[in-house]
Formats: sequence, C-alpha cells, structure tokens
Amino acid sequence: MKHVKFFLVGILFGIVMSKAEIISWYRIYEMFKFQSFHMYGIIGSAVFLGMFSMLFFRKKMVKTFEGNDIHVAPKKKGMYRNLLGGILFGLGWALAGACPGPMFVLVGKGVVSILVVIFGATFGAFFYGLFKDKLPH
Amino acid sequence: MEIITQPWPWYIAGPVIALIMFLLFYFGEHFGVSSNLETFCSIGGAGKYTNYFKIDWKQNIWNLIFIVGAIVGGFISAQWLSPTDNVVLNPQTVQDLADIGIQNAGASYLPDEIFSIETMLSFKGFLVLLIAGLMVGFGARWAGGCTSGHAIVGLSNLEIPSLISVIGFFIGGLVMTWFILPLIF
Repeated sequence: MKHVKFFLVGILFGIVMSKAEIISWYRIYEMFKFQSFHMYGIIGSAVFLGMFSMLFFRKKMVKTFEGNDIHVAPKKKGMYRNLLGGILFGLGWALAGACPGPMFVLVGKGVVSILVVIFGATFGAFFYGLFKDKLPH
Repeated sequence: MEIITQPWPWYIAGPVIALIMFLLFYFGEHFGVSSNLETFCSIGGAGKYTNYFKIDWKQNIWNLIFIVGAIVGGFISAQWLSPTDNVVLNPQTVQDLADIGIQNAGASYLPDEIFSIETMLSFKGFLVLLIAGLMVGFGARWAGGCTSGHAIVGLSNLEIPSLISVIGFFIGGLVMTWFILPLIF
C-alpha cells in the first residue's frame, strides 16, 4: 500500500505529459527548431519553481512525510560523461521525439511502435553497463 | 471540463511537473525516469554479465510503479481527456517537415513516417526506432540522467554536471534535427 502514492503521482505525470503534448514528437522537433516557446516555457517554469523546492529542502523547511531530512543526491562530476552521454541522449531524444518518461506515457496512449524504442533504450542501458569501464567519464 | 480537454499551456504543465518532483522528494524518493532502464536490466538478469547490474532492484519498485502510473495516465488522457488528437504547430514547422518528407505534421501526436505499424515493420523503420532507443538509453545512463534527472532536478539544484549534460542534450538534439533528420526520410 505504501506504493499507491507513487502510482497516483505517476498518473498525474502521464496526464500532464499527454495534455501538454510533451509526448508529441512534433513538440520536440519544434523545440530544436526554435519555432515555439512551449517546451522552453515548460522546462523553464518547472526549473524555476523547482529551485524553491530545493531551497526549502536544503534549509530543512520541508521534510519527507515521515519527518526525515530531504537530501538531493549530487550528480556525478565529469566532463566526458556528462557531455558525451548528453550528446548521445540528445541525438536519440530528437530522433525518437521522446525521452524516457514520455516513452512510457505513449505506451498508455496505445502506440505499439514505441515498444521498439523502449526495447532499444533498455539495451542501450545494458550496453552502457557492459562497456562503462572502457568509456571516458 | 473544457479547460481540461483543451491542450494544457506551458504555464500549467511546468508547475505541475515541479509539483510532481516535489511530491516524489516529499515521499522520500527522487525524480528520475531513465534509472528504470537499469532496473529492467537487473530484473532481466544483466547482473550475470557485469556487476554494474547486480543491485537490489527491489528498492526501485516505487519507480517502476511510478512508470506504471505514467502508462495509466497516458491511457486515461487518450481515452477521456483528449477529444482531438491533433497538435497545433507553427506553420513554418509544418512546412519544414514537409520539406524533409514528413507529411501532415500535427494531424496526430506522432508522425506515421516514424511510428505507424507499417513503418515499424519495415527494416529501415524498425532500425530507426531501435537506434533512437539505443542512443537514449546509452546516453542517459552515461550522462547519469535524462530530462527528469538532469534538466528538471539537476538544474533546479544548480548542478554543474546537469548544466553540462543539458548542453549536451541540445548539441545532440540540434545536430539530429537540423542535419541528420533531413537525410533519413
């Protein structure tokens, strides 16, 4: 039962991704063509408000529902990892028109072909795990 | 009801995403979708090939449940909250897409030239979908996050690694959109 809340937040996530058309391939294309403000407004306003959340967490003004401090794990440092991994991700994002969250939302919309993309993404993660020691980080 | 069935503007969607991130931290977890891909690998037995996947995936069940919710949310939205399936695009975008071989841009959420069943069942179409997925999965795990973990959480937390990753996302996305997509269709 303790997982029901994640299910409900997931539903909200699926609805907002759909209703704001973030799961549309065209919205991603349009963003990379700088032909619409939509995606920039979404990411920008989410980050702007998110900064306040982070501030509240850091100042311990907000704790978890169980009363624990909220620690946001720092991201791993490394120019190669972040830049090269990021570039590869970006190439895939613009081709699939979907990042990992929207991929799952599209399954719910009934898009069969997105399963090939999810299959590929899972193997992508697998190959990363397999070759990570040979990659620059 | 009218307000819900209309496409939601950015100033609704952005704050809702910020709320989702807040709730996940408030519930004692975090916001990051691509780590589920590693969980899939662990469940599928990838730990046999490398220790990287030898993790106790049961601690990530909450995140799997989150994406099950996302699937259900996508279903609910498609079934009951979206009377139309078209996406209103900038006319310039529609023209640009027609020029590179993608017709009827915006008639539905996704272009048939990439996502229709016929395309998926063709050799080239299948390869495009598969390679797109491979790049997303490999890239996200190499970078240590995707749009949720880096662009939303990381940038909110003023993380330099996330800023570098997001710059990478855009370099890759711009190269694909401006230079590679025109060659594919």
